[in-house]
Amino acid sequence: MINKATYQALGLTDDEYEAIVELLGRHPNELEVAMYSVMWSEHCSYKSSKVHLRRLPTTAPWVLVGPGEGAGVIDIGDDLAIAVRIESHNHPSAIEPYQGAATGVGGIIRDIFSMGARPIALMDPLRFGSLDDARTRYLVEGVVAGISGYGNSVGVPTVGGELVFDDCYRENPLVNVFCLGILPKSRLVFARAEGVGNLAVLLGSATGRDGIGGASVLASAGFDDSSATKRPSVQVGDPFEEKRLIEACLELLDEGLALGVQDLGAAGLSCAAAETAAATGAGMDVDFTQVPQREPNMNPIEIMTSESQERMLAIVTPENLDRVLALCARWEVRANVVGHVTDTGRFRIFSGSFTGNDPADMSRCVADIPCASLGQGPVYERPQARPLDHAEVLLADPAPALLAMFPDGTDLSGELLRLLSTPTIGDSSWVWRQYDHQLFLNTVVGPGGDATVLRLPDTERGLALSVDGKARFCRLDPRTGARLGVLEAARNVACSGAEPRALVNCLNFGNPEHPEVMWQFSQAVDGMSEACSALGIPVIGGNVSFYNESRGADIDPTPVVGVIGVIDSLSAPPPGMAFSPGEHVVTLGTTLDEFGGSEWAYVVHGIDGGSPPVADLEAARYLHGLIRDLVSRRVVSAVHDVSDGGYGVALAEMAIAGGVGASLIPEDDQSHAAWCFSESASRIVVTVSPEKLSEVLTAAADANVVARDCGTTGGTRLIVNGVFDVAVSDLATTWRSAVPLALGVNE
Amino acid sequence: MARRVAVVVFPGTNCELDVARAISSLGAHPESVFHLEDSLGSAEAVIIPGGFAHGDYLRTGALAQFSPIMESVSAFAAAGGPVLGICNGFQILTETGLLPGALQKNAGLKFLCASVGLSVASNRSVLTRTTTVGDQLQIPINHFEGNYICDRETLAQMKANDQIVLRYTDNPNGSLDDIAGVSNEAGNVVGLMPHPERASAEILGSVDGLVLLESFLAPL
Repeated sequence: MINKATYQALGLTDDEYEAIVELLGRHPNELEVAMYSVMWSEHCSYKSSKVHLRRLPTTAPWVLVGPGEGAGVIDIGDDLAIAVRIESHNHPSAIEPYQGAATGVGGIIRDIFSMGARPIALMDPLRFGSLDDARTRYLVEGVVAGISGYGNSVGVPTVGGELVFDDCYRENPLVNVFCLGILPKSRLVFARAEGVGNLAVLLGSATGRDGIGGASVLASAGFDDSSATKRPSVQVGDPFEEKRLIEACLELLDEGLALGVQDLGAAGLSCAAAETAAATGAGMDVDFTQVPQREPNMNPIEIMTSESQERMLAIVTPENLDRVLALCARWEVRANVVGHVTDTGRFRIFSGSFTGNDPADMSRCVADIPCASLGQGPVYERPQARPLDHAEVLLADPAPALLAMFPDGTDLSGELLRLLSTPTIGDSSWVWRQYDHQLFLNTVVGPGGDATVLRLPDTERGLALSVDGKARFCRLDPRTGARLGVLEAARNVACSGAEPRALVNCLNFGNPEHPEVMWQFSQAVDGMSEACSALGIPVIGGNVSFYNESRGADIDPTPVVGVIGVIDSLSAPPPGMAFSPGEHVVTLGTTLDEFGGSEWAYVVHGIDGGSPPVADLEAARYLHGLIRDLVSRRVVSAVHDVSDGGYGVALAEMAIAGGVGASLIPEDDQSHAAWCFSESASRIVVTVSPEKLSEVLTAAADANVVARDCGTTGGTRLIVNGVFDVAVSDLATTWRSAVPLALGVNE
Repeated sequence: MARRVAVVVFPGTNCELDVARAISSLGAHPESVFHLEDSLGSAEAVIIPGGFAHGDYLRTGALAQFSPIMESVSAFAAAGGPVLGICNGFQILTETGLLPGALQKNAGLKFLCASVGLSVASNRSVLTRTTTVGDQLQIPINHFEGNYICDRETLAQMKANDQIVLRYTDNPNGSLDDIAGVSNEAGNVVGLMPHPERASAEILGSVDGLVLLESFLAPL
């Protein structure tokens, strides 16, 4: 019998342990309790988030697979589908940045090709503490090197991401990873163990002692002084093994040799085998002695729950086994029969060969549980509480102080340069130059633009992708902040002329046992749900990462979303953001005195508090429709989303991209500081040739969008009359050196 | 120009489809040849594409030289057949001894994926024979080990034989003498670190890579 200390060390509560006893009708043994501890962990079971996630809209006519499978899948026409998933690898990366980030990439790629899709794009939203901390600099270098080292070598391009710095992530960085794959609709498969007598074949790496308890020990608890001792729970990645696995698995599916393939993720073989069987109501018997081991004398618990990377479980018929083994041998992929499908509904693990029917065999049975029970963990409706100071926080509007400091007539040139020198706004090419972002010849717009744009081979269509999160807005008000994150990602995609078709979310939050965190979570889900419903974007998958806390302090609520848009006709790249001379600069959208949570108020001036910008969903819908129309009809010459740092930063980035200045006039019924640096939502800057100016203004009026002609591009300086006047070369130098300077690296 | 081109695939190679797509757009017929095969069949030209052959374990390109297909590639090269190594393919050709020199880690000790400027240094090679010396091309690089190095005598010899095919206009990786691509003495075997297939369509930002591939595929 298991003692209390053992199951508690694995993260199970007394009540959860009692529930296992009730399910089994006896006390579990050590191996069984190890499996439940992982499968019932927060990371695998979503026990605290389930009741909330049900509120998200998940359906649309083009959705083929919604949340709950390895990846979400949508139909994009031409008999093609795309599979998408996003995940976090926050805690492993905090402990061992290179391997933590690398194995995050490896894991999500396996989720994509296990659906029958070829992975063609990765994106990495990254969040770290301030770069004045030496350990943070080490984490940034390590995480980026891990993504680069694994992603480049495995042969999946990293085409975009985010790089955000805020001190709430100092001890607990956020390393999220998004992967997209493409497949002929006919190749879509599910990991299902069907057909009694069919074989479970373990593919890929030998099993070692790495990553045992990763999901329960690492991902489902916060950080404290003992965290470094959890390093053995981090797995080690081998991208070359994964590359061969991709090719072998896709070939197995193409040739109809596998009924399904399943990634070995959390809880390793035990979870993969039980899940595939539970999906059909079948059973599965496994002989753990058939699992190839990296080191001698591993015990059954280690073998069955190891999270060693680069392993898949394929379900094959006995007739096809020889062909499967030959195909795998050609790709130098290890393949071993480790079990078979039964009709018992039970997941049984044996020591040595077995038929499962001979009573003598049962003496070698080391675990015997109902398959479905691993997925029948507890569901919690945890208490929620709005933080006591929330009303106060919202009222602490930074606008009066800032507008008093910078009345109209103040030269804001220095303020603009300070914004451009913050690492969150500064050029992040130091990061993405280390990523292969061009493989497969699909990358029409790579990292650094509003959205990544990929062409789809053999079609006229393209995809626009954007990952975004607005954590500082969420801290002030999680519901509005979550709406703003969705709006920004959808706006970025619209700026490429794309129609948003799907959204995946990675919900990074603190400790769910803190009522304030559960309140933030519930509010954020509501906000995301409202924005997705208003824009007609189904949520097709996601991941919840709780326990992002350190020494009792939770991170800011950080819902990150990835929006996938489809461009119907991609004959040339979308306009991009670069100024060219002789164009009119037109702003679209409405600016208010909104500084709460803005880069200017918080990062440059250290003023916290206030309300986030208003997230007007109807205004967003009008604006997105307008810009999609203008871009797809090629009426505008340049387009740029307005986000961190407001118009000031957006205009500067357009000037830097084109190496061309502009001479503009600020809005007269608005304070100059607000016009420059307010972060009001749903705004876009476009440039347009003089001949087409009236067409754009008319289209905007017809679409209910406020448009204003601010002046013209040209020259070598970015001038806003009476507000700022800076040489484009100075803007560029400041912006380009922000990240390298903060990292202390030579460029 | 309907030439049959063998595109050699090792476990870990990842640019084979891109190369096939680019040369198909020029009318060539790519044929994938797996590293375990021992014949190039009726191929009229050979391309070793980029990637991480055998995981680049031990050293980039070091294990690939022992794959069965490389004997045929060496024989094909010795007979004067056109052979092109791109990126990892270049590394493999130097490890195999078909090209002089070696590629070491970039001077900045970081992987680099970026578009770079190139200048044609010799038009005696199979990759550049339809170009003019001094032609400027814009083509992406994508490597960690692209820093070309060789001993002084080899460099002098290469210069004397006009074997330096391409130079960087703004050296991104510390390569000796700004070398981006070299050929063997005969000019029929060429290796380069930049990826011409990645500059093969207007929508990707450059078609300069097609200039090189066209030259490579042109009848001898």
